[in-house]
Amino acid sequence: MPEPVVVDARGLLCPMPVIRTQDAIAGLSPGCCVQVLATDPGVHADLPAWCRVHGHTLEAIEESSDADGAISAWIRVGNGGAT
Amino acid sequence: MLAARVVKEQGVHVEGLNFYTGFCVEGHTHAVRAQDKARPKRNNALWVAEQLDMKLHIIDVVEDYKDVVINPRHGYGQFMNPCLDCKGFMVGKAREWMEANGFDFIITGEVIGQRPKSQLKRTMPVIASESGAHERLLRPLCAKLLEPTLPEREGWVNRDKLFDWSGRSRKPQMELAESFGFEDYAQPAGGCCFLTDPSYSRKLQDLWQARGARRYELDDIMLLKMGRHLRPRPHFKLIISREDGENRFMHGYRKQFTHLVPTSHGGPLALLDGEARDGDLELAARLVARFSQGRDADLVRVAVAERNGPERELTVTPMAADDVPREWYVA
Repeated sequence: MPEPVVVDARGLLCPMPVIRTQDAIAGLSPGCCVQVLATDPGVHADLPAWCRVHGHTLEAIEESSDADGAISAWIRVGNGGAT
Repeated sequence: MLAARVVKEQGVHVEGLNFYTGFCVEGHTHAVRAQDKARPKRNNALWVAEQLDMKLHIIDVVEDYKDVVINPRHGYGQFMNPCLDCKGFMVGKAREWMEANGFDFIITGEVIGQRPKSQLKRTMPVIASESGAHERLLRPLCAKLLEPTLPEREGWVNRDKLFDWSGRSRKPQMELAESFGFEDYAQPAGGCCFLTDPSYSRKLQDLWQARGARRYELDDIMLLKMGRHLRPRPHFKLIISREDGENRFMHGYRKQFTHLVPTSHGGPLALLDGEARDGDLELAARLVARFSQGRDADLVRVAVAERNGPERELTVTPMAADDVPREWYVA
């Protein structure tokens, strides 16, 4: 299983985490996995919505118990989306 | 949302573009301020895309947008809002995206007369021309009041099914939204850009004046959205957080600035932007103490960490509210 591509968007406000994710995924093939690290709680709404319209699968999104409160999201790259 | 739906209804494949300038209100307010916690935490453009079952591409234009804000050819609106230049810039970026991605034309939701400067009949051709989109720019909501564009002439869209709206009323839009079954939509009267905000505009002008140059970085314009800004001396200002959300966000910037935080009492984090000279740190500490829970105490201890320097503690008398001159408040 290949390592996920990591998008570090910690400290960035939405929509920058989505933009960084979008840019990273643009160069990936369907089936690849991306891990997004963010601190803006807005990603809880924005990443799932962005994945839905682009046909990617949000496999998990969870908050860490670390002091920095980082949020981790795992996305499986899809090959379609809204038409 | 309506313009996209109207064209999509005609069987045209539509994808959405949303440009991030750094001055957008919603991303900031959702993420930071506790007072906005009651509002839905969503990106409205993404939400619209979902309602329309349409892809949305969010594009970072922060760097390129600086020239629009700093040197607007058509000037500013009531505050620091360069609306006409902004619209031409964004349609120009949409044209670049259209050309790079094999699309045929651009649609916007503009309505003649809806906005005092950027949506007038005489400015519509200016945007089409300066953006380079020319006749590939279609405004479905007021198309019948304008010359037919390429998509209409070529029959890609049926002009008869477009609209002839003008004026400031949103009633026709609301009626059409209802007919489409849209029960929720973004605030129709704008307010989505900090450059239309008088307080924010004053802070941006103050930043440029203090630096002696009209320039900014993304961090600058993010911090203009945060906290109280007080400029007690021309060579420095304090950004004092107003609540926990701002405190947490500004915490991430503390290493880039000399910063102060009360230690003997609860209180805000303050970033010192500029250069502190003799006596300035004590003055800054007294101001920070004034906004702390020790504002009525005789003495408050304030930790002061200089940028790239040592941390120390000052014990100061909080400044009384009446002793803070009004002109120190930037906004």
